[in-house]
Amino acid sequence: MCVLNKLLNVSASPHVRSSASTSSIMRDVLIAMAPAALFGIWHFGFRALAIIVLCTAAAVLTEYIYEKAMKKPVTVGDLSAAVTGVILALNMPVYIDLWIPVLGCVFAILIVKQLYGGLGQNFMNPALAGRCFLLISFAGQMTQFFPDGVSGATPLAAIKAGETVNLTELFVGTIPGTIGETSVIALLIGAAYLLARKIISWRIPVIYIGSLAVFVLLFGGRGFDLTYLAAHIMGGGLIFGAFFMATDYVTSPITPVGQMIYGVCLGVLTGVFRIFGPAAEGVSYAIIFCNLLVPLIEKVTIPKPFGREAKQNGKE
Amino acid sequence: MNKCIERLYNGIIKENPTFVLMLGMCPTLAVTTSATNGLGMGLSTTAVLVMSNAMISLLRKMIPDKVRIPAFIVVVASFVTVVQLLLQAYVPAIYNALGIYIPLIVVNCIILGRAEAYASKNDVLSSAFDGLGMGLGFTLSLTCIGLVRELVGGGAIFGHVVIPADFHISIFVMAPGAFFVLASLQALQNKIKHPVKREGQGDPAMACGGCCANCMDAVCAENHRKLEQAKEASKK
Repeated sequence: MCVLNKLLNVSASPHVRSSASTSSIMRDVLIAMAPAALFGIWHFGFRALAIIVLCTAAAVLTEYIYEKAMKKPVTVGDLSAAVTGVILALNMPVYIDLWIPVLGCVFAILIVKQLYGGLGQNFMNPALAGRCFLLISFAGQMTQFFPDGVSGATPLAAIKAGETVNLTELFVGTIPGTIGETSVIALLIGAAYLLARKIISWRIPVIYIGSLAVFVLLFGGRGFDLTYLAAHIMGGGLIFGAFFMATDYVTSPITPVGQMIYGVCLGVLTGVFRIFGPAAEGVSYAIIFCNLLVPLIEKVTIPKPFGREAKQNGKE
Repeated sequence: MNKCIERLYNGIIKENPTFVLMLGMCPTLAVTTSATNGLGMGLSTTAVLVMSNAMISLLRKMIPDKVRIPAFIVVVASFVTVVQLLLQAYVPAIYNALGIYIPLIVVNCIILGRAEAYASKNDVLSSAFDGLGMGLGFTLSLTCIGLVRELVGGGAIFGHVVIPADFHISIFVMAPGAFFVLASLQALQNKIKHPVKREGQGDPAMACGGCCANCMDAVCAENHRKLEQAKEASKK
């Protein structure tokens, strides 16, 4: 092509582009989950590693086979299936039968993601939908956080039963729980990486955690008890859910105001499920429920296009 | 006689109430937790459907047009009461399992739909066979859904356990499982009945070329009608 042609080449907007792509964003998410995953492997042993590897392989393979079978372009290169696999693995208790997480990955990718049209079309977070599918189907195995014959409770179950918890252990993560959710410090390192790389904004996680804190203080029934509050924030899947799962691009609002409304809904629902519900944990259900509200939230928070006049009659 | 067989085929395959007409979804989703329940519900509905279709067909010239819906409901409700009492007397297990859904047969859209669309306009024999066809189609669908849900969710076939308890995916006996199974079976039967043609090799009679990514709802139905016509034309 000669120089003249290049000079005449006029392209449509946008003229300023970011170099970020789906795969680079997903790679950053995987890097951000690495500290929590490594901590989980150190804390729970090599079985945790086996679950993470199996889940990732199952998710990627399901996507590959489905897209090959349906003669669609293969999109495993964008790493989104790998992210789904890792998130689901980090949501598994370590003593679970190994075929159950694999089934969850197949459900997440095949039913929740691909049948609705693949990445960008899924109306809820595939990994969380997979987890809830497993949670309903295999309630016993999914909430067994100890080897056979050893009894005990996760911090959330303990505070629900009125026992006390050690806050340092909660922060470092040497507590029972799913593979990736226990260590607050490892998760915060990953979250800081995501925030620094501008992959996620502070709005959803901070407002989510903040509104849950307010809810717990108001309705927790313990008054202004900071230990109880800290156990609620650090003891379950809240940090992991708030930074890594609620912020999923496809299933969270894109408008800033919408993100704030979404965060408040998440916090209130998680509080309702934890304090008034029969189960100790409620993060997963709160997030997939709010995923369903996202189209409505976006509908009411669409910003006014530049230059359009405000409505004359009545309201502004 | 040919007409009767046509009615049966129409009810079971061509206009299957569950998978094609999408009628009676409430009992379909609610009672199909096991194959036995599905079968029981289907047969109860069939019995009511045959009797009510025949009775309404007999009365079709006497029922004034303005009050036909209440009149149909009175007829249907009488038969439902008969069936309910019979079930309670002879198969209490199924009566208990189906619960509120037996009295609710009265307001089942299949029954009112057939009364309105067919029995009130046709002779007694065809109407009875129409009811039988629709009822058997409903029974078949419910039993299929129940069979899959019972097998995957409870590891059993008609109550005989074949899969150990560790491998039961219990979400399938709950409400979400009903939707999963209904959708999958419907996708399967659509696949068999209307084979999707890939882009570029569609029938010229169809505007969309047989590619379902490009056609929806009414347009799709219209396209399928054209395809049927083209098929018949090619036969001649």
